[in-house]
Amino acid sequence: MSNLSALAGAAKLTKVGTRPRLGHYLKDFLQRRAFAYTLARYSLQASTAKSSLGAAWHVVVPALQIGIYGVIFGVLLSAIRPPHFVPYLITGIVLFQFITGCFTDGAKSITSNAPLVRSLDFPRILLPVSAVVSNILRVVPLIALMLIGILAFGERPNLGWFLLIPDFLLMTLFATGASMIAARLTVHLEDLNQLLPFIVRVLFYTSGIFWNIDKIVHIGWLKVILHNNPIHLYLMIARASVVDGYSATGTDWLVATVWAFAILVLGTVFFWLAEERYGRNV
Amino acid sequence: MSNAMPDSTEPRVTPPVFLESDRKPVVVVDDVRVTYRVFASGKKVTPGNSRVKHKGRLREVQALQGVSLVAYEGDSIGVIGTNGSGKSTLMKAISGLLPIDSGSIFASSRPSFLGVGAAMIKELSGEKNVVLGGLALGMTRTEIKEKFDHIVDFAGLRDFIDLPMQTYSSGMVERLKFSIAAAREHDILIIDEALAVGDQDFRRRSEARMRELASGAGSVFLVSHSMKSILDTCNRAIWLDKGVVKMDGTALEVCRAYAEAQGAPLDD
Repeated sequence: MSNLSALAGAAKLTKVGTRPRLGHYLKDFLQRRAFAYTLARYSLQASTAKSSLGAAWHVVVPALQIGIYGVIFGVLLSAIRPPHFVPYLITGIVLFQFITGCFTDGAKSITSNAPLVRSLDFPRILLPVSAVVSNILRVVPLIALMLIGILAFGERPNLGWFLLIPDFLLMTLFATGASMIAARLTVHLEDLNQLLPFIVRVLFYTSGIFWNIDKIVHIGWLKVILHNNPIHLYLMIARASVVDGYSATGTDWLVATVWAFAILVLGTVFFWLAEERYGRNV
Repeated sequence: MSNAMPDSTEPRVTPPVFLESDRKPVVVVDDVRVTYRVFASGKKVTPGNSRVKHKGRLREVQALQGVSLVAYEGDSIGVIGTNGSGKSTLMKAISGLLPIDSGSIFASSRPSFLGVGAAMIKELSGEKNVVLGGLALGMTRTEIKEKFDHIVDFAGLRDFIDLPMQTYSSGMVERLKFSIAAAREHDILIIDEALAVGDQDFRRRSEARMRELASGAGSVFLVSHSMKSILDTCNRAIWLDKGVVKMDGTALEVCRAYAEAQGAPLDD
């Protein structure tokens, strides 16, 4: 140890730029959660500040997408169209876009906020979390609209609809973990941002947005894998809750819960392990 | 290949670290080195300078090559040097925002970087940006509410606070940034080129606030190209040159030597 380090030790100074312990880190994160929320809300406001329709765009764009997919897949794939097709499609698209929106925004959360990371000290995990919060703020009015939409297409509300709430919580936990993993990976590998649209596309076709995987896949092992894909499970449980004629088993709920907590814990730890390095790579 | 050897092999003369046994150190920087690894996109045109090493397309830029210093309680330290001398890198390393390659940095509490501007969103009103900037600095909502009027008045932006920040002049933005950051108590505060933009009156007030912040138990680092700001606010100065400390001493003697080396000696 050099003289200067000895001097610092004698004056009881602590080392700068070391990663805090996980418990300490999470406590710090919880204390600063207002920043994540405000950043999410304000960036959302800023993103539509200049357009004349303003925040309405957050609803109009998904509505247009549902219309397009509904026409294209409803007509083209009429043979394998699942029953109650429109409610099936609406729930699928709204919730799928929420989950993938969380991790694609999460992936950019560190790299696109580079000036923030380079000049202010806060738990970096606030950024992927803020990306998720901003997606939650966007999806809540959409879910309301989704419910109105499926009512309009003949579904009748019942107590089962409340199961949508725990399902939404589970998918949010999963999406938060995925957002953290994506955020760190993109810092190490900027190229991932180019690949993300393809990953989302593959998930789009394999998560049963407009066809029922359980009905059209007949290879045993593939069916097990596709069925237990977390995104498929969250969509399926949502339909079991709000669309007539669909059901989810206790095993589905269990697997969906395990996915949610496993990815959340994994994502948090994985993100935290590189905490002191984010300032360098962006 | 017949060019002169890079001068990095020559021993560099660094002055001894400024040590005072009777005062309490708050920041200790011990032989810190930082090297940036970047992919060069163009061809190398000149033999290059000694701090850039070439390994294929990967260039290594040695931003700090062994910097040591000690800041004491109540110190207000001006940091000067030409562009690219490593001033900002050193400040980011001290604040813990930039990981260092070797050496170590110690501090009595986490140094805060006056960089609140990065959190601001120009499409939103000054008012919302005060809230956002305050939260980014770690203030609570109630703290921001309490200090809101003070921040707005200090910045002198009472009449414009409800307008989007993109309508502000650059001086107004700088004033708002400083006012938000200075509203909080900081033990160790690092200010990088913040005060050059404000007008005379604001500069006087902000320099007074900086002296106030340094006069507590803390310490202030001020990076500036303005010798006047440094002489007005700092008791000490450090001159960085090509990633090493060239001089460390009282603000007056360091500024005088630096100004002379720049070919523009101080008046008095």
